[in-house]
Amino acid sequence: MSLRLGILFSRIRVEEKLLIEEATKRGVQVVKVDSRQLTMGLNGSYEFDVLLERDVSHSRTIYALNLFQNSGIKTVNSYEVALVCGDKVATTKALEDAGIPSPEVRVAFTRETALQAIEEIGYPVVLKPVVGSWGRLLAKINDRDAAEALLEHKEHLGSYYHSVFYLQKFIEKPGRDIRAFVVGDETICAIYRASEHWITNTARGGGASYCPVTTELDDLCLRSAAAVGGGVLAIDLMETADGLLVNEVNYTVEFRNSVDPTKVNIPSRIIDYVISVTKE
Amino acid sequence: MIKCKECGSEIVLPNDVVENEIIDCEACGIELEVVSLDPLEVDLAPEEQEDWGE
Repeated sequence: MSLRLGILFSRIRVEEKLLIEEATKRGVQVVKVDSRQLTMGLNGSYEFDVLLERDVSHSRTIYALNLFQNSGIKTVNSYEVALVCGDKVATTKALEDAGIPSPEVRVAFTRETALQAIEEIGYPVVLKPVVGSWGRLLAKINDRDAAEALLEHKEHLGSYYHSVFYLQKFIEKPGRDIRAFVVGDETICAIYRASEHWITNTARGGGASYCPVTTELDDLCLRSAAAVGGGVLAIDLMETADGLLVNEVNYTVEFRNSVDPTKVNIPSRIIDYVISVTKE
Repeated sequence: MIKCKECGSEIVLPNDVVENEIIDCEACGIELEVVSLDPLEVDLAPEEQEDWGE
């Protein structure tokens, strides 16, 4: 009987389509698991052997992964990895615990203490939502006037998450940052993401080009991946005069802009990894 | 061929289209979801939520 691979999704994008194609090529039976249609018990019975999480929704993903794992289904990535990578405070803590260089961060819970933390770090400071991605709602705060205005606005945004202030020292980048892909115990490829804007996410128009996987990059990426629990991860790094800093670790890896510049078939490597996990 | 739910323009779907695939309407730019292949049906794709991402 062929391996049955569940793919958790709420949108089938280019990435999911390529993953389904690679799985099908290997004779794997793909079971599409639409999170919008799911009802789950604490111990369910499912018609697949392993689950690849590809849902864009962090909240759906963590609850679903928790319950799938509780039902004995192996998942890539794991619930624990999703919890750490989906929350910037948890990611920063995991990286720091592992001694991985990353930008200075402070966390505060009120406007007053957030302002104090910003001034302790020193302008400019980057304010980020603790949960979120694609460069959304990031703010570079250059002075006290901007800080006061932004913090007031954040308090009124509705979600309680916006009153958890994640404040990061602004790092001057050379017009680009690095996105590296780790699959299992290998850094399979990396790209530079270049932009004239300080936000370099490709989702925000940053251009992708080939970046060599140097020994330093490889070492830092593998250590970062291990720090958050391992699996299939996209690691964002910044180049500084003192070396590389790890900025974020993403767990639902988007790769549509990275296959061409790296010439690495990323979806193929992911599917091979998922198959290997079922044999452990 | 199917009509955009938003602007009514005709959209040519890729040959290998799959159910739940997200496609863009080139005329109005809106995202559509292929909700059924037989019969072929599209609907407006879900709007981006705050917790969406990588």
